[in-house]
Amino acid sequence: MEDHLAEILSTHTGRRSELIPILQEAQEKFGYLSDDVIAEVAEFTHVPESTVFGVASFYTQFRFVPQGRNLISVCRGTACHVRGAPMILDEVSRQLSIEDGGTTPDLEYTLETVACIGCCALAPCLTVNGKVEAKLNPKKVKDLLAKEKANEV
Amino acid sequence: MKFEEIAQTAKEEWDALQASAKPSIVVGTATCGRAAGAMEVMEALRNELKEREIEANIMETGCFGLCDAEPLITIKGPGGPSVWYRNVTPEMAGKLVEEHIVKGSPVAEHALGAAGDGQVDGLTAMSDLPMLKFQVRRILFNCGVVDPSNINHYIATGGYQALNKVVSGMSPEDIIDEITRSGLRGLGGAGFPVGRKWDSCRRVPSDVRYVVCNADEGDPGAFQDRSVLEGDPYSVVEGMTIAGYAIGAQKGYIYVRAEYPLAVERLENATAQAKEKGLMGKNILGSGFDFDLEIFQGAGAFVCGESTALVLSIEGKRGMPKPLPRPRTTEVGLWDMPTLLNNVKSYSIVPWILTKGADQFASLGTERCKGTAVFSLTGKMANCGLIEVPMGTTLRQIIYDIGGGIPKGKAFKAVQTGGPSGGCLPAELLDTQVDFDKLTAAGAIMGSGGMVVMDEDTCMVDVARYFLDFTQKESCGECSLCRLGTLQMLQTLEAIVAGEGDPDDIDMLLELGEAIKTGSICGLGQSAPNPALTTIRYFRHEYEAHIHEKKCPARVCKDLISYVISADKCKACMICLRECPVDAIRGAKKEVHVIDQDKCIRCGVCMSVCPERFGAVECIPGRLTEADNA
Amino acid sequence: MLDEIKFAIDGTQIKANKGDTILKAALKHGIYIPHLCDHPDLEPFGGCRLCMVEIKGKGLSISCKVPVEEGLEIITESPEVNKVRRIAAELLIASHHVDCLECARNTDCKLQDVASYIGIEEGRLKRLKRVIKDLPIDDSNPFFIRDLNKCVLCGICIRTCGEILNVGAIDFAFRGTGTLVATVGGKPILQSRCVSCGECVARCPVGALVPKNAERPTREVSTVCTYCGVGCGIKLGVRGGRIVRVRGDVNSPANRGNLCVKGRFGYDFVNHPDRLTSPLIKRNGAFVEATFEEALDLVASKLTDYKGDQFATFASARITTEDNYVVQKFTRAVMGTNNLDHCARL
Ligand SMILES: Cc1cc2nc3c(=O)[nH]c(=O)nc-3n(C[C@H](O)[C@H](O)[C@H](O)COP(=O)(O)O)c2cc1C
Ligand code: SF4
Ligand code: SF4
Ligand code: SF4
Repeated sequence: MEDHLAEILSTHTGRRSELIPILQEAQEKFGYLSDDVIAEVAEFTHVPESTVFGVASFYTQFRFVPQGRNLISVCRGTACHVRGAPMILDEVSRQLSIEDGGTTPDLEYTLETVACIGCCALAPCLTVNGKVEAKLNPKKVKDLLAKEKANEV
Repeated sequence: MKFEEIAQTAKEEWDALQASAKPSIVVGTATCGRAAGAMEVMEALRNELKEREIEANIMETGCFGLCDAEPLITIKGPGGPSVWYRNVTPEMAGKLVEEHIVKGSPVAEHALGAAGDGQVDGLTAMSDLPMLKFQVRRILFNCGVVDPSNINHYIATGGYQALNKVVSGMSPEDIIDEITRSGLRGLGGAGFPVGRKWDSCRRVPSDVRYVVCNADEGDPGAFQDRSVLEGDPYSVVEGMTIAGYAIGAQKGYIYVRAEYPLAVERLENATAQAKEKGLMGKNILGSGFDFDLEIFQGAGAFVCGESTALVLSIEGKRGMPKPLPRPRTTEVGLWDMPTLLNNVKSYSIVPWILTKGADQFASLGTERCKGTAVFSLTGKMANCGLIEVPMGTTLRQIIYDIGGGIPKGKAFKAVQTGGPSGGCLPAELLDTQVDFDKLTAAGAIMGSGGMVVMDEDTCMVDVARYFLDFTQKESCGECSLCRLGTLQMLQTLEAIVAGEGDPDDIDMLLELGEAIKTGSICGLGQSAPNPALTTIRYFRHEYEAHIHEKKCPARVCKDLISYVISADKCKACMICLRECPVDAIRGAKKEVHVIDQDKCIRCGVCMSVCPERFGAVECIPGRLTEADNA
Repeated sequence: MLDEIKFAIDGTQIKANKGDTILKAALKHGIYIPHLCDHPDLEPFGGCRLCMVEIKGKGLSISCKVPVEEGLEIITESPEVNKVRRIAAELLIASHHVDCLECARNTDCKLQDVASYIGIEEGRLKRLKRVIKDLPIDDSNPFFIRDLNKCVLCGICIRTCGEILNVGAIDFAFRGTGTLVATVGGKPILQSRCVSCGECVARCPVGALVPKNAERPTREVSTVCTYCGVGCGIKLGVRGGRIVRVRGDVNSPANRGNLCVKGRFGYDFVNHPDRLTSPLIKRNGAFVEATFEEALDLVASKLTDYKGDQFATFASARITTEDNYVVQKFTRAVMGTNNLDHCARL
């Protein structure tokens, strides 16, 4: 892990303005920002650790706990909302027994909501690991997740 | 290299493509196309061609704006017309290749329209499509037409003529004068005159200045900046380079959302190619002018669209806007240097203005707002998509002529413009012209250009709640009024939609809303109450129905609706009974089903599974209990 | 008086120093304008929105960031001001603990000042939903308690720790209603780089940061801190003959009100039973109490018995720099040796 971070840091000079790009690269590599990563980035950029955490936690992109193996992102764009996104979110939430932002205890799924994934004509929609599932209703969600879970084992 | 040579090379490549003896296939692979499966379609087409040993030019392009038709492809046989095919699936690939390319007979059943030489029977001309007919595409000129990762396409269609003109003879004052005369106002939403901003930034004494492009596009219902970046990245790059020349800056930043990976990729490619051609970097086109661009990926914070927050974010800080009084960003911006911040579209239209002239730009529009406006048209519309219309077009024209009205015979209820900062306008205001001032006067705003149409099934209280939920989550937390006030408004709206509203709530929302608007630090707080204030202004009766009658007339708010099974229509098929997640449905074979109203969690599963031909499950306003069943 | 500026607040003519903000000038003249996030030692923040005033001809503005200008006319009370300020105050109160009697900051709280100025109308407050956070109380630090449920997010502690101390133990984290003053990952303050100086505790306007010893002094004694040669001016807060609190003396040029952990919190030793309060002289193998005169006489009488390198001095960091200077001069010039050491050398 340290090697990977060192590799990322080696492409930067330690200026404050590199903070967010470095955190983005670190998260890309490790999936989340651990305390150790934050501490090292703080030292590298000459910023107090609390400030690095403060900056990172301001932005929704950054996570501080590991994410599930499968990421379900429910679109909360306006078009999806008026076409029934809340029902979709509720159904996913019910099926996986996790709230928005949560991860199942077996680290299999993380559920998040995202602002507009860019296919308003396909509303309401969600993505499973980046793949768009379009024009959903609660029943389709239930079937979809049943299929996902079946594939898991 | 001289520009003439660059242009010549580009033209040759473009002409060769147009005149190619090979069939050509153009696939729209912007984010929207990809989401709908464009990449799989392209792969399938490639395989079909390979199987038949046909050589064809396959080109990717940006978003054409016809979202409902995605994946959208164009096929052109040598000499024949170009035919647009809509909603193409990988399974259709074989047929399209076989019929259109091999046999030369376009497949009318999947076609959207045709253009070019030799009309095909039964196919509408693309220019007659309602969705396109009323549009004037200046900003979107190249979107969906050229290959957005090939700078030669951009140059061949007129790109970089403006930059060439500028560096080979125009003074910065001339440029700013031309922009000012055009009447261009910032297309990021606030509509500040672009020429004036450039001028004031140029006048601040400093050795270092920055040009920054705001591509944060945080409005959850807007995607036009993304489409421009994905479909025509060069125009933004060229516009920023010209801005750099005009204000005396050598460095630019594009602040683009990290959620737009394709836009980032296209921009990176565009800047690299521009550098290769000597259109960026040191000594641009031999003029002695240096300009470089860096792409900064925003990490997900709507408030970072605000100018001071955006600057802080690039500096690696929390995006907490700086309270007034403070100097303007044009005076003290990035690293305390004068900084010019404009929206994606504001930059991308600059080359057009400088090539075609300020007068031609100003020939369209209203008295105080010139040119065109781009909208992301979504919601309950027959045709969703990205459109560009002259300023001053009415909402009615956009929604009915272009958008094709409301589908499924439903009634129009409201149109929301400007996203979380905007407002909802009712049917009475459909003749409002869209421009910065007129929409503001009506209580909405131009804003990001999101336009969401709502029909009778949309609950306006829920819409207000939705937007407040958004702004409340996105508030930076700095000022008390926005941080606590939006939460208070949200909780009040949540209580109303949950049937726990209080008769005082409407007045309190109004009072809170006004205070938050006046007292907040930045535009987020200053506009956050708008969705609630405008829905109260125009749809007060819906609030009253929720509060007094405990009913959601639009049948959206879960706590104020009920699902019932019509005894006449129920065929006792047991489908809903099996699917209900909480076993709230009683019944048996040949026994009409009944929903236990106390158990029902109103998830809507029963309604979505009841076969359409029965249509026995109904959703009604108001909350029933088991007592009502008896 | 250099650069004096005349302007008016609510019709009263006021003189202020150039560069002062409207808020600062008003407070100096005993005119209260509600505020929470402003602190005279720190850069203005502008977040609480309570110091809103009307500037004639310019409209509403916060007063903590606007410097005074000749001829300005400030109105602190108008329907427009009140519309915004009252709501801001009510929102803050609705999201704050109201069990004031149970709070260590009671009667010394800036939010109470705001509330009493605004004048609470119960009926109005009742319309608002109460939103109280339920965060664990951080009592990890031996000297102070952090109860972020009472935090009003004025950022004074953050600016103190950053601007004055340059420590940066805490910063804003998260955003919106989730905004918190936090260490990395929200860990207890003891696990951060906090040096326990208590400067933030001294400035927090509400009960979010309070000393663990909640006793209030009944009188103050001015003195100089005994811990090191810097000689910070301190005010000992005394109650019934015991020291219960220490604060920095803002008028002391050495520290201008600031203190370190020892000066601020290390006062227990004063009342400690084991503390030596008089010199001890060994007589017949046992230490017996003596007066300073006796002790000094004894030492002085023996000095002539030694000279040069037979002699050594060990000085203390707990006397002032000036006294230490005299000690070394005496050792070198009078006793003729460089055998000199000091506990702070380590
Ligand atoms: C909360 C907030 C979010 C904003 N988001 C954006 C945005 O996503 N894109 C944008 O161009 N302008 C946004 N703006 C407006 C910008 O602050 C600024 O006015 C604009 O980028 C200036 O460019 P223009 O003059 O070309 O429109 C936002 C403003 C606020 C207050
Ligand atoms: S209005 Fe909202 S987003 Fe803007 S500074 Fe205040 S708290 Fe932050
Ligand atoms: S006690 Fe001192 S070091 Fe610790 S957080 Fe407060 S100001 Fe910072
Ligand atoms: S802990 Fe006190 S000083 Fe710090 S932000 Fe909260 S209220 Fe302000």
